[in-house]
Amino acid sequence: MTEIRSFDDVAEPSFGDYVQLLKPRVMSLVVFTALVGLLVAPGGLHPVEVFAAILFIALGAGASGALNMWWDADIDAVMKRTKGRPVPSGRVAGGEALGLGVALSGISVVMLWLATNAVAAGLLAFTIFFYAVVYTMWLKRLTPQNIVIGGAAGAFPPLIGWVCATGSVSIEAVLMFAVIFMWTPPHFWALALFMKEDYNTAGVPMLTVTHGRKSTRLHILIYSVLLFPVAVWTAVTSIGGPFSLAVTLVLSGWFVKGAYDIWQRDEATAERDKYRVEKAYFRFSLLYLFVVFAAFLGEAGLKFYGIGGWI
Amino acid sequence: MTFRAPHEIYRRRFGRNLGVGLLLIGFVALVFALTVVKVTRGDPMKGFDHTAEPVSVPYSGTTP
Repeated sequence: MTEIRSFDDVAEPSFGDYVQLLKPRVMSLVVFTALVGLLVAPGGLHPVEVFAAILFIALGAGASGALNMWWDADIDAVMKRTKGRPVPSGRVAGGEALGLGVALSGISVVMLWLATNAVAAGLLAFTIFFYAVVYTMWLKRLTPQNIVIGGAAGAFPPLIGWVCATGSVSIEAVLMFAVIFMWTPPHFWALALFMKEDYNTAGVPMLTVTHGRKSTRLHILIYSVLLFPVAVWTAVTSIGGPFSLAVTLVLSGWFVKGAYDIWQRDEATAERDKYRVEKAYFRFSLLYLFVVFAAFLGEAGLKFYGIGGWI
Repeated sequence: MTFRAPHEIYRRRFGRNLGVGLLLIGFVALVFALTVVKVTRGDPMKGFDHTAEPVSVPYSGTTP
């Protein structure tokens, strides 16, 4: 008897391929910032509710990642960094990524509503819509400011976390949003300076390509300078205190210094030392966001023992 | 008679099914835990059902 079934041309994804669709590395940042936003907020949620809220915010972020991978499969296929993703590599069919994205969007929004409140769920739905439709489908291929718009979507998690605990938006939540919003563009443009992806072939108008690398360096400096007052302002609100103000001042100052160094350099110098300063700035930017948010969390911890916060 | 070794695809499918199964069990456990928390905290669980109920009327201090 002969084997009549053939498996070779059927996409049979493994469980891990589906996990890859949810962009787990982006998700880890979402989990951390949403958790900080939730824990620094006044109002006590039960630990189970906290766990559920963070889980479904992360799932919503993952859902928008899957939708992004479905829509951007054509771009991903031509860029070195992304061509191994599940859809362009053929491990997962495009339609499956779409289905997973839509289904998880619905589940995450409804479950966040049940676990916390309608405002938080509404904000999560808006974030998914903003990232998948406004950023991915509409503006990413249209404007060199695409990073700024994508950054707005990435800035929502701490705000949603805050709303989960309090039920409404307040100045502290908006400022946490603003910190990530201002941080994202210099972070990604620094990466774009030394990664040199083939954005032209992909048809994505990246600032480094459309306005040149000199202009990108200036943009990094401008956003880093704008981040400084935003981060410091956050530290003097009710979620801050002397400890987090000190941390924010030092790190934000260092962030501006790094951006200034990048702005001062020209391409020839950067080529010569293999983008040492740009790479160092990129690594520091990751540390920056982590430490600043950890400082706000630490301040909340100190308050618990009666020694943190503004008197 | 010999059996051929099963195709690698079955192992992948099993892994996927196992993953989905564990996720479903986790989801059920989470919904149950959330329910227990919300019920024991006395969150509002009942809407107005068009019937006057003495327990729903705020206590005015006077007995009828």
